[in-house]
Amino acid sequence: MPGSHGNVCVEGGIVIPRPPLLRTTTLFALTLLCFVFLGCSSNDADKNKKQIVLTGSSTVAPLIGEIAKQFEAQHPGVRVDVQSGGSSRGVADTRRELADIGMVSRDLKTGEQDLTAFTIARDGICVIVHRDNPVTSLTDDQIVAIYTDRINNWKEVGGSDAPITVVNKAEGRSTLELFVSHFNLDNAQIKADAVIGDNEQGIKTVAGNPNAIGYVSVGTAEYDATHDVAIKLLPLAGIAASIENVRAGTFPLSRPLNLVVTSETTGIVEEFIAFACSRDVNEIILEQYFVPLSQ
Amino acid sequence: MSRFPSDTILVWLLRGCGLLTGAITVLIVGFLIWESSPAFRDVGVQRFASDSSWHPSAGPTKGQFNLVPMIAATSLATAGAVLLAAPLGIGSAVFAHFYAPRRLRRAYGKMIELLAGIPSVVYGLWGLVVLVPLISRWHPPGTSLLSAIIILTIMILPTIALLVGAAFDNLPSEYLRASAALGLSRGRTVTSVVFPAVRSGLFTAVLLGTGRAIGETMAVLMVAGNVVQNPTRIFQPVRTITANIALEMAYAMDGHRSALFVSGLLLMAMVIVLAGFAEWVSRGRIHG
Repeated sequence: MPGSHGNVCVEGGIVIPRPPLLRTTTLFALTLLCFVFLGCSSNDADKNKKQIVLTGSSTVAPLIGEIAKQFEAQHPGVRVDVQSGGSSRGVADTRRELADIGMVSRDLKTGEQDLTAFTIARDGICVIVHRDNPVTSLTDDQIVAIYTDRINNWKEVGGSDAPITVVNKAEGRSTLELFVSHFNLDNAQIKADAVIGDNEQGIKTVAGNPNAIGYVSVGTAEYDATHDVAIKLLPLAGIAASIENVRAGTFPLSRPLNLVVTSETTGIVEEFIAFACSRDVNEIILEQYFVPLSQ
Repeated sequence: MSRFPSDTILVWLLRGCGLLTGAITVLIVGFLIWESSPAFRDVGVQRFASDSSWHPSAGPTKGQFNLVPMIAATSLATAGAVLLAAPLGIGSAVFAHFYAPRRLRRAYGKMIELLAGIPSVVYGLWGLVVLVPLISRWHPPGTSLLSAIIILTIMILPTIALLVGAAFDNLPSEYLRASAALGLSRGRTVTSVVFPAVRSGLFTAVLLGTGRAIGETMAVLMVAGNVVQNPTRIFQPVRTITANIALEMAYAMDGHRSALFVSGLLLMAMVIVLAGFAEWVSRGRIHG
């Protein structure tokens, strides 16, 4: 069919070649398809040898991103692909083998024992208030009462006469999960005045509102509090919220940062996990305001 | 056969472009319906309006899926922003075109263009560290429907001002010369000659501003407070549909994810209604 189209036009005895339109488009399409298929197959081949895919917790992702950079520098030709998306995604992707390694910023649940976890660091969650807030500590009961709106004025917990602005985390985040399970709450009970996404947004919200209370990562909070951001870290059950106490395991609201895999790991994936658990990455962990375990 | 070949190529190229553009829209809607179908199947349509709240991560049976407060918040924030930005934008364009001295007019034009080019996350950050604390001192918690309206107003103001300015630029100069010949004052010219002549331009400008306000995500996410509740006062924190998707999509699994696609589908429906309304008005009122 394209042949009948694409030959020549005769005009006044001169032969004018016509661009064979249909044929070129077909050819173009075929070339395109070839590229697409070639692209796919070469990717598949690479995956087994040279590429590691990690997905999961957005808390762990930036840390692993830095570790991956160093790992790539030591292993030329290896590509480490890090995607965040939450701890649950890390578990699900690892099970479905969409990822070689999952990142999970909590202990594995009882239903997740089919996976093996390697703890690379710890992170704590602390309650923060504005620096000018006279309140210096809250009991667990008071925190629960504030978050469930039974207490909604600072004067009821020894502060000034002002309504409390409760800052909560968005649904699906592991920080929220950890917070509600520690205080035995149900997220539906929490009466928030503001719902935030990441730690930075939470810290900016509390720093900008003298009557706010929120909870964020200890590492980030401690860094910001020592760098002139107007927030204050509250102790929990009498234990100061600090990186030191999180490392020691004495701070009550802390969590492990895990890498999870299905039963057997081999080759480059095994090497990567060994590297992430080694002392070589301690500096990177500290730079990310998390707490390294191997001293 | 006598047609020049490049003509044929052009025609097919243009047809291809048209087809592709149409196909993209259809594909997006199709994708949204496909992704949200599990939620429709497990949760049903009714519960998106009748549940007591929005807690989708507990699963289709235990979770709650009410989207109505977020539709209300989106509509109110958009309406408030358009009500403020439309007169401001049109007014400033009138000033720049008919009253301001030439040099000021050029500087003003550049400034509005700059304002239109600032990324939304910058507005959001400014709102979070400046506007919200300001409002919270007056009426806590600060993160509120009011902050969202103010931020959206500032964001769509340049869009409206620029488009209205463009409509003024396209005004045939005979109109203005004729009005000058009749001895009309400048104010009279603007109200009786310019406005009727650029009516559809004004309308398009406000409509595009509305579209931008409905779709704006990051800035609103940072200042609105994101608490899911039916807004009754302007100082209450609210969550818009776009903020809902941005806040939860990265962490959503299975049923939760699908429910978020339902809210995306709803947003699409709101935009389609807006476009349909525009079509209806421009047919019946402006040119009719």
